Amino acid sequence: MTQLPTHTQKKLGLVIDLDTCVGCHACVTACKGWNDQTYGAPLSDQNPYGSDPSGTFLNRVHSYQVQPDDAPAQIINFPRSCLHCDDAPCVTVCPTGASYKRAEDGIVLVNEDACIGCGLCAWACPYGAREMDADAGVMKKCTLCVDRIYNENLPEEDREPACVRTCPTGARHFGDLGDPDSAVSQLVAQRGGYDLMPDLGTKPTNKYLPPRKKDRPQEASLLAPLLDIQATGFAGWLDRVLGKI
Amino acid sequence: MTHHQPHLDPSPRVSDEIRRTTCYMCACRCGINVHLKSGKVSYIEGNRDHPVNKGVLCAKGAAGIKQITAPSRLHAPLKRVGPRGSGAFEEISWDEALALAVSWMKPLQDTAPEKLAFFTGRDQSQSLTSFWAQGFGTPNYAAHGGFCSVNMAAAGIYTIGGAFWEFGQPDWDHTKLFVLFGVAEDHDSNPIKMGIGKLKGRGAKVIGVNPIRTGYNAVADDWYGITPGTDGLLILSLIHCLLEAGKIDLPYLAQWTNAPCLVGGDGLLLRGEDGKLLVVDAATGQPAAFDAPGVQPDLGAVWQGSRTVFQHLAERYLAPDNAPEAVADRVGITAPRIRALAAELAHAAFDQTITIDQPWTDFRGTQHATMVGRPVSFHAMRGISAHSNGFQTARALHLLQILLGTVETPGGYRFKPPYPKPFDAHPVPHIMPRECGPLAGPHLGYPRGPEHLALLEDGTPARIDKAFSWENPLSAHGLMHMVIANAHAGDPYRIDTLFLYMANMAWNSSMNTAATMDMLTAKDDAGEYVIPRIIYSDAYASEMVAYADLILPDTTYMERHDCISMLDRPISEPDAAGDAIRWPVVEPDRDVRGFQSVLIDLGARLALPGFVDAEGAPKFKDYADYITRHERRAGVGPLMGWRGDGNQTGRGAPNPDQLDRYIENGGFFQAHVPDAARYFKPWNRAYQDWAVEMGFYDRPQPYLFSIWSEPMRRFQAAAEGHGDRQPPQALRARLKQAMDPLPIWYPPFGDAAAAGYPVHALTQRPMAMYHSWGSQNAWLRQIHGRNPLYLPTRIWEEHGFAAGDWARVTSPNGEIVVPVEHMAALNPHTVWTWNAIGKRKGTWGLDADAPEATKGFLLNHLISELLPEQGDGLRWSNSDPVTGQAAWFDLRVRIERVDARDEALPAFHPLPDLGEPS
Repeated sequence: MTQLPTHTQKKLGLVIDLDTCVGCHACVTACKGWNDQTYGAPLSDQNPYGSDPSGTFLNRVHSYQVQPDDAPAQIINFPRSCLHCDDAPCVTVCPTGASYKRAEDGIVLVNEDACIGCGLCAWACPYGAREMDADAGVMKKCTLCVDRIYNENLPEEDREPACVRTCPTGARHFGDLGDPDSAVSQLVAQRGGYDLMPDLGTKPTNKYLPPRKKDRPQEASLLAPLLDIQATGFAGWLDRVLGKI
Repeated sequence: MTHHQPHLDPSPRVSDEIRRTTCYMCACRCGINVHLKSGKVSYIEGNRDHPVNKGVLCAKGAAGIKQITAPSRLHAPLKRVGPRGSGAFEEISWDEALALAVSWMKPLQDTAPEKLAFFTGRDQSQSLTSFWAQGFGTPNYAAHGGFCSVNMAAAGIYTIGGAFWEFGQPDWDHTKLFVLFGVAEDHDSNPIKMGIGKLKGRGAKVIGVNPIRTGYNAVADDWYGITPGTDGLLILSLIHCLLEAGKIDLPYLAQWTNAPCLVGGDGLLLRGEDGKLLVVDAATGQPAAFDAPGVQPDLGAVWQGSRTVFQHLAERYLAPDNAPEAVADRVGITAPRIRALAAELAHAAFDQTITIDQPWTDFRGTQHATMVGRPVSFHAMRGISAHSNGFQTARALHLLQILLGTVETPGGYRFKPPYPKPFDAHPVPHIMPRECGPLAGPHLGYPRGPEHLALLEDGTPARIDKAFSWENPLSAHGLMHMVIANAHAGDPYRIDTLFLYMANMAWNSSMNTAATMDMLTAKDDAGEYVIPRIIYSDAYASEMVAYADLILPDTTYMERHDCISMLDRPISEPDAAGDAIRWPVVEPDRDVRGFQSVLIDLGARLALPGFVDAEGAPKFKDYADYITRHERRAGVGPLMGWRGDGNQTGRGAPNPDQLDRYIENGGFFQAHVPDAARYFKPWNRAYQDWAVEMGFYDRPQPYLFSIWSEPMRRFQAAAEGHGDRQPPQALRARLKQAMDPLPIWYPPFGDAAAAGYPVHALTQRPMAMYHSWGSQNAWLRQIHGRNPLYLPTRIWEEHGFAAGDWARVTSPNGEIVVPVEHMAALNPHTVWTWNAIGKRKGTWGLDADAPEATKGFLLNHLISELLPEQGDGLRWSNSDPVTGQAAWFDLRVRIERVDARDEALPAFHPLPDLGEPS
């Protein structure tokens, strides 16, 4: 069993806008590309050109169909990665202390040197956000690009997670969700951002912004004909419409 | 265990070096920062300074790192040693390969240049490839637009002087209502996604009109799940509603379009003695030139019996057959919903007007204190254009934009330099019937009438693809999808050498794929191949490789120079002209050469004009040298930036340091549009003057939008029997209908043979693979490695389908057996699948048991390149009758449930792996 810090100075995390995510997977490969070469072991691929390719990804996008009773069916694209929970069950279940939550910013990480690859944390995570790397035998997960966000070798504007930097629709936001005045906290407040499966008590840091209501009755009132064209004929219509110039 | 944190270095070294170049994972031309460690590519991210993507990057872009190490890369020139289609090759040297190519081409150049057909599947180097083909003297050249979206491009050019994507884009910063028609999942990848993000950020509304609700349509605030092929019917009905209510921009129509021009008895517009279009001046009641200073064109005028275009159009679309109630069943959208959409368009356009405080002066000399606009914008692509009524549908959409006054006004749609450019500022098609020597001009262009058709003296088509013939008079991008079928049939004639670049014609780029393979391998009575020689250039072991006799292996996009040129498809934005380069950020580790450099080498060996100097020696060392020193007109070359002494833009002598300056600047150059020139570009003096200064054209060319299309009317008149050049009898009725000078809708041609095939079948590329050359990418195939056929709820339930089921899908052309899945967010009469996931066994460096090769499939087998015979003994191309665009989406099928299988049908014998050993 591993203890969580009693308090974190910040709660860094992501706010993901489900109203805007088109499901393009840009965040998926930007994440794979960055994290393949920096924090810990590379993200390996098994059988990459074969019958059943499988590799390690720290972030995946799923698409779900929603079928409201009173509106056409919809598709919701749902990016999934570690939520950096306050009460992270993946940390407390870890037998070696390899999984830990940082006191300074709340990021949940795996110390790969101490990871024995037992997989308990993946079992404990209700979000399916951890993946065992088949080549390295260690648990991989979203690091919130801890090696980018403080990285003095990067220009300041690039010190954000790779998925946020690359997202073409701007559906991903990064910041301190512990600070109610931060841009991300404000966004969550404005848009009704919510926790994923709050009843589990994991207190996730990441928030999702719900899709806006779709297929609403339109607001503009229907157009009224200028006059009864069948009665007046085309000439009547022409006179009326050009009288407006 | 108590809380414990290990030491962590928060600032690891990122890379040794960043090289900034242009992506080519699709056709969007985003800027990328390529990070290198120890000389190898370690990470790719978007370039924040780049005008196209401003730092963001799509899934393909970041996955490009796997493209340059893919096992499917070809590694040396190959010469066929077994039967064509067997994949039996031997490696040869470049000297041998080029000598062989020249030995085939030179005799043709000297005796029958039309027997070389040169078609390229990609068009980012079209200004070079077309120049080469002009020099060779063959009429048979085009790029891939014919099977892509030429309906969209041509309809836009003929109507407003530009179309979507390449030519212009929504005013993302000001638009309040954005309507997407028939746009595949990831078309115009990052720019549209960034635009949608902007709209969402400020609460603007997005409406999707598409049978399939995925991708951009999934985030649309409202979705119109239209029946395929009926978009034109819907658009004309929206026009009906707007006219009926008088919700149209009359001053815009009067000033900037040919709505006030007068239609003469011959259907052409009245002109003055100087040839200028006439309008009736409301101030005098007398005819005046359209561009006379201070003229106030009268939309309601009648002059000596000739009525204005405005009256013709209003009368046509006000007719009851365009009412929502009359079209609802065919469109698959209820009449109240159609009326609601019309109301939303009118509300955004006329109740939410935008005014920008910027004075400007129009071409008549009238000064305007502000720029006033109507914040409705549209975008559309292949979903509406890949039908046999696609040209007219795209015209209808432009008419809708025009009636709302939303083209080139704030909040609407904006051109990207060098556009706007009307059809009559483009070249006409050039051929050299049965003669040797270079063509006098480019192959592709915009005919003004029958006199510009590419016909031989006997009236038969001059081109192997029959472009610019009576079958499809305005085929501005050629018909690449007809080349193999026509060459095989010897119709209109036989060719000798087919020369292809990056075009998978033996697989997903051809209709009727299995038959195409047969045509490529067919032999005549003498035992010779009907298409005697095939040369192909590709970087990867695609399906087409096995069907060529000589392979010229290309580099990947990170190993060569490229030029994203103002002469071709630049990277302009509405507020800036821009062009860009690629450069070798890594060196090839194989015996491969960039295709453009190979083409320049071949050009020199064949002594083509422009490729050799006065002594006959090669003029250019390679493509980089060509980009720097080639001049198309004096002072105008492939790149506009840093010309002359390094300080000249647009025009200037070649600058030997030009490429270095591009590299220093991140691989691109921009010239910004002056503030007073930002909107109303076709009519804005400041813009016209700036465009001349930049070298886009040589004198100001203001013009009116062509609501009434005179070129179309000229072809229609010919079909009615007027004029010297007459169409074949069998085509008259079709031409009379299709060449209507006002937008119309008619049922897709496929419908005629579709009795018993009640379901529409579509394809689109997935988000992470759109326009992507090579879905064998190790990361991307983990995201999209399978392509079930998606069935709507109605069909799923009617046939009793269950998870894991398969279906037999039958069209008039054939059948396939494929895995299916249920999808609710889909038009109830439509099925669809991801295109080009299916691969042939042995290709693309994939194992033979890869899901792409076992369960993956193509709909192409169901689509014939020819329409069924209609009782006249003739079979016409399955293409739009105006432009020849491949009518992929006219496909109709029927579905039957079958037992689950291990492999999709049809299956083909595996090809040998021709890629690098992995």
